[in-house]
Amino acid sequence: MYDVIIIGSGPAGLTAAIYTTRADLKTLVIAGGKWGGQLQLTTLVENFPGFPEGIQGPDLMLAMRKQAEKFGAKFLEEDFASADFSKTPFKITASDKTYEGKSVIIATGADTKWLGVPGEKEKIGRGVSSCAPCDGVFFRNKNVIVVGGGDSAMEEALVLTKFASSVTIIHRKDAFKASEIMQKRVRENPKVKIIFNSEVTQILGESNVTGVKIKNNLTNQISEMPIDGIFVAIGHMPNTGRFKDIELDEQGFVKVHGHFLTNKDGVFVAGDVHDAHYKQAITAAGYGCAAALEAEKWLEMPTL
Amino acid sequence: MADTKFTDQNFQEEVLNSKTPVLVDFWAEWCAPCRIVGPIVEELATEYGAKLKVGKLNVDENQIAGKYGVMSIPSLLVFKDGQVIKTMVGAQSKDNFKKELDRILAN
Repeated sequence: MYDVIIIGSGPAGLTAAIYTTRADLKTLVIAGGKWGGQLQLTTLVENFPGFPEGIQGPDLMLAMRKQAEKFGAKFLEEDFASADFSKTPFKITASDKTYEGKSVIIATGADTKWLGVPGEKEKIGRGVSSCAPCDGVFFRNKNVIVVGGGDSAMEEALVLTKFASSVTIIHRKDAFKASEIMQKRVRENPKVKIIFNSEVTQILGESNVTGVKIKNNLTNQISEMPIDGIFVAIGHMPNTGRFKDIELDEQGFVKVHGHFLTNKDGVFVAGDVHDAHYKQAITAAGYGCAAALEAEKWLEMPTL
Repeated sequence: MADTKFTDQNFQEEVLNSKTPVLVDFWAEWCAPCRIVGPIVEELATEYGAKLKVGKLNVDENQIAGKYGVMSIPSLLVFKDGQVIKTMVGAQSKDNFKKELDRILAN
């Protein structure tokens, strides 16, 4: 029996684990087969406080994990399958084994939102990607596009300029919403071209990507652009699919009641799975800490 | 059986000419998800024994990945009689890999 079962191992889950273990609560982290969350897929993280020279995403996650394990968190590199929140202790199942916990922190984060256009799904890994640091190397001297308008899209484009011969950012609005510093870097990079007011409507190619169809939203004109790779950076979807009884908001994120509580007493939530607004590693870490402190307080409450 | 190191040089002999199906893990040193998958692949090598030849191919040291349309790592490809019969892109749990492999090897 665990005092706290944390589902998820990104900055929210791991920060929560550091706090619960230091509060002497027996903690299990259902980390997942691909533990560490979104930061495992990025290169230099320059905006997480404490690192004036920046830190590589995977290095930051490894450090957080080591810190949680140092204080006694048990790590399970298995995928979370289902949860029974009908009564305490809660039952959490991963890889056909069920674990019991007096409290739970849901920190399952968010995953890539794909375009959902024809030709996309089959070619993921064959020219369709959502991670420039991961896959950029396969596009040396090739032509690629990035779809999106936020900081992630800018980051993807800049990483790709190190490999590709041309990088074109396609955004459906007429201006980026990325931070000023990222927009400036993109504008000043001679390899980057920008196409506003446009959307990719189809990804072409038999087994690998050979081109895309682009629609101009102002003129409705459709054109074809030959490219070797498309990097999708339009945001993320919260990982809530396996929770049957947890209340979600209209956008599909976990609905937060009071302080980091879900609709189930004793089940807390932290990170990108509820936060559609900030989505930063440091805010996720902050929420993880808060959820852990709430769980600790809740466990100390006398049972009637 | 421990996992093999595949290269451009031994690919024809070890993978394409192999009588048993072969699982090739395309990876690189700088790829974090590859580092998660690496130990899993080694365990699969031991668990499947003679039923499946298992090995890794470093995409920085070899060129052959492009020939099979690999544009993302980790990518795990299953070869049988010289043909790719399954492609698995991205890190996954060991259980997920085993489910797929059991399905393929049953045929």
